Amino acid sequence: MSHTPSSAPVAIRFPVITLILVLVVTAISLIGAQNLYFRGDYKVFFEPDDPQRLAFEEMQNIFNKSENVAFMVVPSDGQVLKPSTLMLVNELTEAAWQLPLSTRVESISNYQNTFDDEGDLIVEDLITAEKLSKEAIANIAQVLSRSPEVYGRLISRTTDVTVIDTTIQLPDGDQTQQVIEIAEAAKQIKSHFESKYPDHDIYLNGMVIMNDAFAVAAQQDAETLIPLMFLLIFIAIALIVKSLWAAIFTLVVVIFSVAITVGLTGWLGVYLSTATVNAPTMISTLAVADCIHIIVGAKYYLNQGLANKDAIKKSVEVNKKPIFITSITTAIGFVMLNFSAVPVLSHLGNMTAVGVMLACVFSLTVLPSLLTLRPLKPSVSVNNSVFSTWATLVNRNHRTLLPISLLVIVVISLFATNNVLNDVAVKYFDERSSFRQAVEVNEEKLGGMSNIDFVIYTDQSYGVTDPGFLKQIEEFSKWLRARSEVNHVLTFTDTLKRLNRNMNGDDQNFNVIPADGELASQYLLLYEMSLPFGLDLGNQIDIDKSALRIIALTENLGSRDITTLEREAKDYFASLSDDYRIEAASPPLMFAHIGERNMKNMVWGSVFALVLISILILFALRSIKLGGISLITNLLPAAIGFGVWGIISGEINMALSVVISMTMGIIVDDTVHFLTKYQTAREHGSSARESVVYAFETVGMALTTTTIVLTIGFAVLASSSFVLNAHMGMLTIIIIVAALIVDFIFLPALLAWLEDTKTAQKES
Amino acid sequence: MNFLSRIVLITALGCTASYGLASEIKGDEKAIAIAKERKARDTGWGANEAKVLMLLKNSQGKEATRKLEVKSLEVKDDGDKALTVFESPRDVKGTAFLSFSHALEADEQWIFLPALKRVKRISSQSKSGPFVGSEFAFEDMTSYEVEKFSYTFLGEEEVNGEACFVLKQVPEYDFSGYSYQKVWIDKSHYRVQKVEFFDRKESLLKTLYLSDYKQYKNKFWRPMKSLMRNVQTKKSTSLITEELTFDTDLQESDFDKNRLKRVR
Repeated sequence: MSHTPSSAPVAIRFPVITLILVLVVTAISLIGAQNLYFRGDYKVFFEPDDPQRLAFEEMQNIFNKSENVAFMVVPSDGQVLKPSTLMLVNELTEAAWQLPLSTRVESISNYQNTFDDEGDLIVEDLITAEKLSKEAIANIAQVLSRSPEVYGRLISRTTDVTVIDTTIQLPDGDQTQQVIEIAEAAKQIKSHFESKYPDHDIYLNGMVIMNDAFAVAAQQDAETLIPLMFLLIFIAIALIVKSLWAAIFTLVVVIFSVAITVGLTGWLGVYLSTATVNAPTMISTLAVADCIHIIVGAKYYLNQGLANKDAIKKSVEVNKKPIFITSITTAIGFVMLNFSAVPVLSHLGNMTAVGVMLACVFSLTVLPSLLTLRPLKPSVSVNNSVFSTWATLVNRNHRTLLPISLLVIVVISLFATNNVLNDVAVKYFDERSSFRQAVEVNEEKLGGMSNIDFVIYTDQSYGVTDPGFLKQIEEFSKWLRARSEVNHVLTFTDTLKRLNRNMNGDDQNFNVIPADGELASQYLLLYEMSLPFGLDLGNQIDIDKSALRIIALTENLGSRDITTLEREAKDYFASLSDDYRIEAASPPLMFAHIGERNMKNMVWGSVFALVLISILILFALRSIKLGGISLITNLLPAAIGFGVWGIISGEINMALSVVISMTMGIIVDDTVHFLTKYQTAREHGSSARESVVYAFETVGMALTTTTIVLTIGFAVLASSSFVLNAHMGMLTIIIIVAALIVDFIFLPALLAWLEDTKTAQKES
Repeated sequence: MNFLSRIVLITALGCTASYGLASEIKGDEKAIAIAKERKARDTGWGANEAKVLMLLKNSQGKEATRKLEVKSLEVKDDGDKALTVFESPRDVKGTAFLSFSHALEADEQWIFLPALKRVKRISSQSKSGPFVGSEFAFEDMTSYEVEKFSYTFLGEEEVNGEACFVLKQVPEYDFSGYSYQKVWIDKSHYRVQKVEFFDRKESLLKTLYLSDYKQYKNKFWRPMKSLMRNVQTKKSTSLITEELTFDTDLQESDFDKNRLKRVR
């Protein structure tokens, strides 16, 4: 931009040089893009020092890892216990060993059935291809119903579905490549068996498949939403400014802004994720808003009879300040996402902030350059009469409009209290995702796939076979099983009871925990010696037999319910005795806690954004009174937005906690433009009412257009199959539209009323 | 089950070769010749007794130990017999485990639990499970028999400063946990220096390093240290032979299930 006010900006005087310069910068930035990589694992949502993540990782270090791929087999006739399905389970169990990085495969088929045979202890696979006679299957059914370790977990209690669970040992660090390969291999196994056994559906779930679903969601968003975004922008601009070239030029600005942002992200070594894959969509949306101001302005001055270059120059001059202020406030709002406890949301904030500032620069340089090279044609001027009519209407009825609108705002805002923090990772995917479909079937047939793993530390070697300890574990397991939200409890006490029974001639009276700790230890030794590869107890008992893991499978509980269960379970355990230490951890718990922590952090982020943006507005408007008014009108839309959200959904996930900060910078735009014009008119001696009319006439159209463009942009985001992105898009739209309505009804009514009270005060 | 044979007894100078199923061994000639020589050099040792320390480590370096006493008896043309008595941890002290290992069938196993005061026969086809929570599977610890595998000669390589033959051996037992193993056998004494174990999807699962070989009776070589590293879970187990005596007065009758109760 020029430093000599008399001459035109560099961008207009030397358009070709400007464009080449920007192209070079873009090319250099884009070299960084080759460093970009995508991370699809769920851990991108957690800081490395997140307490729940640390607890979970500690648990994974002590016990075998529990990342898994689960094949859920659903026979169409609703009966697993028949030769064909059991053959399938048998073969699928074998095939699952072929999944890359698999370390353990568990199913009803390789379940190690133990029983007494005239004093001998028999240990064998429950289901083998040779033993599928009617009597054998009846026996299998009986064994399963008496085996609490698998009943309700690897087979539903109504025996209509069965699960083959494969444990995967993923490497540390970036696992996306492996996850995609494993998921691909699992899909092949699935389709092979579905075609070999026609009357069976196989569904894939488990943590590895969920990680893959993150990658799939991101890929879908990148492949569909970003092109859709570009298309919509193109159409919107072409329609609004009625110029094909204007649309192309806007796209160029958008592409430069996005390309450099993405390139810089690569240079900085930041990875892409399901959240940041939509940063381009947000940047594009905000960049378009800048361009519209310049293009509409240029056309306005062309219509006024100015030469092309002069019209562009004038438009840049007039719009420079508002575009700059809006961009800065928007960037501030996004930078405040760094307060978030979710790393990928911070990344999203930083990327968008950079993109917005780039868009600001390019809309003031590249766009004028392009417009210089390819001039716009003047066209019919925009009809502003509807806005002045509206202004007059508001002025006349402000005494009714103000209390009514205030009442409506308050009532809607009250619904915000309906909102509850809720992060359930398996529900982050909408019905289009095959993972979500598997989640739904799992929920229907097995009651859900959430879990809490409890680890109880005795802090002494072979402490887990101490009778006192086992008794407490037994009580605790009973308590867990009595909870309605708990579907299955995997506890070592069941195994010990079974062994005690087996070793005593399968006498039911011995289906109890051995009273002697040494006996329990020796059973454990005996049992461990007879297990095949991949079915050891390393997932339940640690290396020196001092800690035990109990796995509770639960319904797909919301954040509040699962943390309640966690807390009450710990309390109950502590009420039994304080001899042992208990910890709880699991990915669902990590997600359950992140919402709360993120919200707490974002409250500060939002307050900080508010303070910074207010200072900027005060600076721009140079009036405490107008600054105050602008603050109110900027906060109301967020209140309305969350109120509306409380009515239509009520569920706040981690991505929604950041929306206040994010939208604050965007909606400030409206009030700043409106109040600047209002102020100008007042300074020229107009009354408040006249000034409102003037403000409406000059910026009413621009505000409406940007709101439409932003709505379109965020609507694209709202159509993401990834719920975090979709909800973020939806709530943003609600807030942006609310902001426009507030500025069109509440704000002018307030200004008129303030004038009245002032006059009244003077008169009295 | 000959506890140490895979680990401790793997190699030796032999006098009498085993001819039993020789004609049915599958694989290339050179590899089979090496395998037979390996077995031949470890034949005729008779019986021995060892005190062994087992050191388990998880990926975080947390440790646990077990102490065992192992008596082994060589059986011609079949897997060996082994009697393992646990010395520690305290809770399982006195637990005795008797096994007759077989090349291609399930092993015969009996266990005496002192707390139960009873001998139990365990019938299990699996030889692939971990031995007392260690990284050694049962099948890694039973005696080496030529018939257990089919062989391919892969080449020659130096390991631990010894020139070695490298063989690929595929288990013949249906219930093995491995798809194949890669074995490094030194040329000087036909001692195993290193073994790589590949799981069913043919990924490297574990590596066994054998070291500190000592010669007994002027013929038989035994490693005093065997380290098994699981490359997938990063866990490891060391077997350290603290004492090893040949020429004991062990007899066939000492390996009788009916005498298990009195082993101590």
